[in-house]
Amino acid sequence: MLSSDALGHEYLSGGRRLTVLKDITFHLEPGGFLAIVGPSGSGKTTLLGLLAGLDRPTHGRVVLDGTDLGDLDEDARAKLRREKVGFIFQSFQLIPTLTAQENVQVPLELAGDPKAAAVAEDLLRRVGLGERGHHYPTQLSGGEQQRVAVARAFSTRPKILFADEPTGNLDGKNGDTVVQLMTALNEEFGTTLVLVTHDLELAGLARRTIRLADGAIVSDTTR
Amino acid sequence: MSSIGFVVRLAWREARAARRRLALLTASITAGVAALVAVNSFTDNLRISVAEQAQALLGADISFSSSQVSVDSVVTVQALLDSLTSVGGGDVRIARSSSFAAMAYVASSGTARLVQARSVDPEWPFYGTIETSPAGIWDGIQSGGVVVDPSLLPAIGAAVGDTLLVGEARYPILGTVVNVPGDVGLQMAFGARIFIATSTLEATGLLGFGARVQRETFVRVPATIDAQAVAEQVRPSLRRERVRVSTVADDRDDLTDGLTRLGNYLGLVALIALLLGGLGTASAVNVFIRQQLDTIAVLRCLGATSGQVFAIHLLQAIGMGFLGALIGAALGVGLQQLMPLVLADFLPVDVRVLPSPRAILLGIGLGVWTAAVFALLPLLGIREVSPLATLRRNTEPPRARWDLPRIVAVLLLITSVVGLAAVQVGSLIQGAWFAAGIGAALLVLWLASLALIRGARRFMPASWPYLWRQGLANLHRPGNQTVTVVLALGFGAFLLTTLFTAQHNLLREFQLDADPDRANLVLIDIQPDQREIVTEIMRSEGVTVGEFVPIVPMRLAEVDGMRVSELLARSRNRMESTDTTPADTAGGGEGRGSMWAFRREYRSTYRAAMGSAESVTFGSWYGDTATGTGRTREDPVPISVEEGLAGELVVGVGDRLSWDIQGVEVHSIITSLREVNWARFEPNFFVVFAPGALESAPHTLVTLARVTDPEARGRVQRALAEQAANVSSVDLGEVQRALESVVSRIVLAIRFMALFSLATGAVVLIGAIATSRWQRIREGTLLRTLGATRGQVLRILCVEYATLGLAAALVAASLAGVAGWALAHFVFKSSFVLPVLPLAVLTIALVSLTTIVGLWSSLDVLERPPLEVLRAD
Repeated sequence: MLSSDALGHEYLSGGRRLTVLKDITFHLEPGGFLAIVGPSGSGKTTLLGLLAGLDRPTHGRVVLDGTDLGDLDEDARAKLRREKVGFIFQSFQLIPTLTAQENVQVPLELAGDPKAAAVAEDLLRRVGLGERGHHYPTQLSGGEQQRVAVARAFSTRPKILFADEPTGNLDGKNGDTVVQLMTALNEEFGTTLVLVTHDLELAGLARRTIRLADGAIVSDTTR
Repeated sequence: MSSIGFVVRLAWREARAARRRLALLTASITAGVAALVAVNSFTDNLRISVAEQAQALLGADISFSSSQVSVDSVVTVQALLDSLTSVGGGDVRIARSSSFAAMAYVASSGTARLVQARSVDPEWPFYGTIETSPAGIWDGIQSGGVVVDPSLLPAIGAAVGDTLLVGEARYPILGTVVNVPGDVGLQMAFGARIFIATSTLEATGLLGFGARVQRETFVRVPATIDAQAVAEQVRPSLRRERVRVSTVADDRDDLTDGLTRLGNYLGLVALIALLLGGLGTASAVNVFIRQQLDTIAVLRCLGATSGQVFAIHLLQAIGMGFLGALIGAALGVGLQQLMPLVLADFLPVDVRVLPSPRAILLGIGLGVWTAAVFALLPLLGIREVSPLATLRRNTEPPRARWDLPRIVAVLLLITSVVGLAAVQVGSLIQGAWFAAGIGAALLVLWLASLALIRGARRFMPASWPYLWRQGLANLHRPGNQTVTVVLALGFGAFLLTTLFTAQHNLLREFQLDADPDRANLVLIDIQPDQREIVTEIMRSEGVTVGEFVPIVPMRLAEVDGMRVSELLARSRNRMESTDTTPADTAGGGEGRGSMWAFRREYRSTYRAAMGSAESVTFGSWYGDTATGTGRTREDPVPISVEEGLAGELVVGVGDRLSWDIQGVEVHSIITSLREVNWARFEPNFFVVFAPGALESAPHTLVTLARVTDPEARGRVQRALAEQAANVSSVDLGEVQRALESVVSRIVLAIRFMALFSLATGAVVLIGAIATSRWQRIREGTLLRTLGATRGQVLRILCVEYATLGLAAALVAASLAGVAGWALAHFVFKSSFVLPVLPLAVLTIALVSLTTIVGLWSSLDVLERPPLEVLRAD
């Protein structure tokens, strides 16, 4: 489903070249659940961005569902994301000027789904927000916003879901709810899950864990 | 299809919630469109009104007029009138009119005034009606009465029923005239009008030698005769006879052309407001895009292409521009009601004020186009927003790259500005010059703002108080608004100050009181035998009368041995052969200049010394020792020619001119060219002869006097009206007031339009402040968290905005100084003085405006609780 081959990333900072990732190689089967863990600054978020095609690596390559991301320009990668990828972010990243339901509809409408409204309504009901569809993000609590983000992430039934510290901004109870939703939908739709976190309890739910330190893989364990 | 649907739906949904943030864009476009719609709608109405009232404007189907000859004595006119009468019979009607300046005097109050007298036949006008107060008294003038302008009665202390003396005739005042079709209110500034019957004209005794009379013959023809065809047939031959032919169509076309030009130039001032609005749009879109960075990143993350995201935001900009244009159009239709008030004195017709669909659609179209074109550049920045921003917040907007779409956007912008101006002025070249002018002014403002940024960064004395340093540092720190504010405010201020500077200098030229020795009374048309009477009248008031300057009417007969009639004939032949329009060019092979200069009547003088408003530019003044009687070609009299006229005639020092003075030919040689300051109220002449040749020629005299006491001036005018009725006395104080009134009315109209630019400038200022509002709030909050009081934060903001306002005002004033100098030097040909005090007042006003608007838009900085802001981060 997802493979990373000798992936490396560098950038210039104050005229100095900084290496943030080096020689990351792994392969993830369809339906898998991978947690990427490590301390702050270890390169977790950078790796997630490269795997999801949000940025181009300096070295190596990423193959997502048989497509080499290095062969695609920015718009083609956007199209690939639209069709195959879902996201959940630590800071929710809902569009503040759209209602909850309209936020969930965005990927569906991008894909030209004529039943976008009905699908979004159903998903919101499943995450427990059936009555809040017409509310704007600022009118929802953090937990509710993240549940909308989960509904949005699964709206197009993506083949792979990337989640960046999905419970990082939530209290324990709301965090648990979101995790349960993610795993339930993962099982129902067979979606591959890639999770970045430094919450070890959350990482423990994953079937495979890659630990990063200073931009390199220091361990890769499977349960 | 689904992509377009998605773009439209998302643009709508987003705009719904972001309406407040996009309101700036809407407001930026509103004022400019309002101004354009008001001007263009008004001009459209004016054209319709002129077309509707064209026949009444002329009052006849054809008119023949001349200030040089008696129209009826011209053979061509006589023959034409005879043939028209024989074809049309009794349906062809003829009426005559004469206009001349005269002194009007009322014995009961003892006051005299210079008036514009017009004598008319009973049938005039054939079309349209003269409205009077009381109504129905118009025909009474044929029984020996007079109808006058309402302004005359209080000016001469008269009332209806009193007797008005004009020359040697006496007229009972029947009432006042309310409306004469085709007359422009502004004319009244140069003397009130009075209307008398042609049959009473002779009795005035004012049409003797030297009188300047405009004679007109009006003809009404039946529908079976094509008035225009008749006019075209005789026009060339009558032009040679110095008779002007006008038809309803001619008048309508001339008026429409003139009014269109007026509308076009006022429209340009409106266009400037719209273009400033474009700057505001660009600034508002910039703000909006910065606020939208997260949303754009999320959309990109969710799979929207950069094209789709770009289209969403472009659609929003166009939509909000459309909304702004709609509001502006509605405002413009309302403002149009004010235009007749501002321009009433320039208009010869009663203008109906109705919304013009063409002007409304054009205004909305230009508004939307401006919004779209100016939004393009900042919107292109959307392409650089990475979806990675969803994971890593990067507050700095991505760096713009100069690729093909950006270059195309800039070219589109430049082409649009030139195109919009060309559409408005109706000429591509003028449009390009206009755009270049705007470009140059903006370039100077931009360079000045860069200098200010650099200056604030480099030359900040460490010894200055912290609050000053902090405020000034805001001018150069990341996210500063220096360039936008200086550009937008500076440009609006530049327009207003230029108008002010030009007006100030124009009026200063006519300030009589500035020079205590300058004359304020001009006496003209004095017959030589009235010299003693005039001197005695002046002496009785203790006034020393000035020099009596002779004025000899004459025509040009020959230029360097070639008869003028021959030169004009050659010119006509050349025009006919090259099928050129009858432009004012004349001459044979040597390509001599203006026809007008060859055909006109000259009023020349002779004197030994130069006047104080003259200076020799070529050759040398002939002086006291000049000889020459001008009786033969071998004995020419030396003359000095005004350099502008020399240019028109294409002659120089050493060339010979011969003159026809009442049938006698006088030969002359040019010994010098002079520069004349015509703005000085002194007797100045195109051609000045050396003494010795003209003394015996028929002439009138003119003299100047300074009578400071207004009552004494009134007594002098009264005595002249009683003892030398044909002498006209012009009170230069009145003329000065008339000129001031004309100039200030023109300036009022332009200033009215320029205010839209300043209003747009204020909107742009608010937009510019909004650009960095969040950053400012954060900084203010941090300062307050660290212990700064609200007063201190307020002072920092005050320093920043006052400096921005000061920079904009100073650059605007400097630019206005240069533009004012250029106008004075090249257009008005006058000296230039920078109006320092008024400019200082304008500068203070602009600094205050900037500071008030800036502080008002930043109130959040003072009012938001620090915790709220820090949490939100």
